[in-house]
Amino acid sequence: MKVLFALSESWAGIRSNVSMVISIVLVTFISLSFVGIAALLQLQINEMKNYWYDRAQVAVYMCTDVSPAAACPTGEASEAQIAAVDAQLKSTVLAPYIDQYYFETHEQAYEKFSEEFADSTVASYVTPEQLNEAFWVNLTNPEQSAIITESFSGAAGVEQVRDQRGYLDSIFSFLNAGSITAAAVAGVMLASALLLISTTIRLSAFSRRREIAIMRLVGASNFSIRFPFVLEGVIAATLGAVLSAVAVYAAVEFLVQDFLAVRLPFTSFVGAQQALTVVPWLILGGVILSALASSVAIRRYLKV
Amino acid sequence: MITIQQAVKTYKGSDEPALKSISLEVERGEFVFLVGASGSGKSTLMRMVLREDVPTDGSIHVLGEDLINLASRRVPIFRRRLGVVFQDFRLLPQKNVYENVAYSSKVIGKPRAFIETAVPDVLSLVGLSEKAKRMPSELSGGEQQRVAVARAIVNKPDILLADEPTGNLDPKTSGEIMDLLQRINLGGTTVLMATHDRGIVDRLQKRVVELKNGEIVRDEAAAGYRDVNTGEMPKSEEF
Repeated sequence: MKVLFALSESWAGIRSNVSMVISIVLVTFISLSFVGIAALLQLQINEMKNYWYDRAQVAVYMCTDVSPAAACPTGEASEAQIAAVDAQLKSTVLAPYIDQYYFETHEQAYEKFSEEFADSTVASYVTPEQLNEAFWVNLTNPEQSAIITESFSGAAGVEQVRDQRGYLDSIFSFLNAGSITAAAVAGVMLASALLLISTTIRLSAFSRRREIAIMRLVGASNFSIRFPFVLEGVIAATLGAVLSAVAVYAAVEFLVQDFLAVRLPFTSFVGAQQALTVVPWLILGGVILSALASSVAIRRYLKV
Repeated sequence: MITIQQAVKTYKGSDEPALKSISLEVERGEFVFLVGASGSGKSTLMRMVLREDVPTDGSIHVLGEDLINLASRRVPIFRRRLGVVFQDFRLLPQKNVYENVAYSSKVIGKPRAFIETAVPDVLSLVGLSEKAKRMPSELSGGEQQRVAVARAIVNKPDILLADEPTGNLDPKTSGEIMDLLQRINLGGTTVLMATHDRGIVDRLQKRVVELKNGEIVRDEAAAGYRDVNTGEMPKSEEF
């Protein structure tokens, strides 16, 4: 009975305030969509990290005749220098950190290079001798690349130690920037959503001041006076949150999975599963934020 | 029922207090007229009894509650024991007569069974059983005020506050409303009525409390409407 009464009061408020309620729906829809995008970008970064970091190797490039003299004063790495690196990789100090490694000769490097740049004229200018011989190391834990870097940097015959994760990190920092941008937009939009909710609730309370005055006179509890207004804000914001949930899910399903994932098959993308973990938080967030905004607004407007 | 002791009310930004040390005692079942010119403090006094405002000094006890120290979350529960009627009726225009009366029971969560018996009862008491489905705009002023009275008493209050309930009504209709208030009073409800209507006060011969410039200048049982200083009947605004 009481709940039905509160619901009918909220419904009356929504009907008398349709355009404001629609604006709440739209603003929460947009702002929570941005929140969803920011969250999914973070999940995408994690997804890619898991995928690529496991495959990322550390390369120990040996000196060639064309290497800069600062790193390679003796020119092309000697057999002994290569054997020394090999021995160190096998040593009990490093072996526990290394999953596997292999040596790549000038010829193998050239083959790989020719394959990668088959369409380019660059391949015809490059000779096998110019390409570094290298040890390609897969670590048990890709986070610990510093161990390899420290062990071999400056070692005789080693030109450079390079962690492939370094290349990935720039991609990630790009995605991260996108995620932060989305979060910043979401923040501004959420702030306007909160202000809009509180303005709408005040308007709604003002348009029903007769009812409120009568409710207060007959001794309606503060809760039962305020609750319909809070409910009104929550209903509107929840509609917006549900729309944003649908939008986020649709974006993942149709834009990412059906479009990007098809065109970039070697990358792992966020899918329906990640979308479904984000969506409930969007709705919950919408409900909690709107409940807070509208209850603060109505509390300040209606003092006993 | 109502005990006010040396109550003073000073509004912010004004030097002259709206009430200057008022003391008043109203017993259960009494009918009290509160008279005085505009600005004499009648409204302030009514607001105090309703706990819309509290005195800046002194004390006020209504229905056993110390209103100055009443916690604000207890105020709604206190107000449920009071009924209020205003000069301008204050009905909800988009609700019909029955809904207007039932509204005040619904908002305090009375059970459906109570509402379904109490609302028709009180509508028949005020003589509006036939017009339960009418909208307020389809009623005369007197009928609207009877709806307002029905709404004020549907929850069986101990005290009925009436702030110029006949102010917008013609003498005949005013008489009907006064008959109704007297009947409610005979049922045991204490009635406190602020009014300018000299004819009514003279005719009913009830207790009269007269306020002037925030002070009680007269408190007489079974009295009429006259000015205490001159003994003359003051010019009434209504006639």
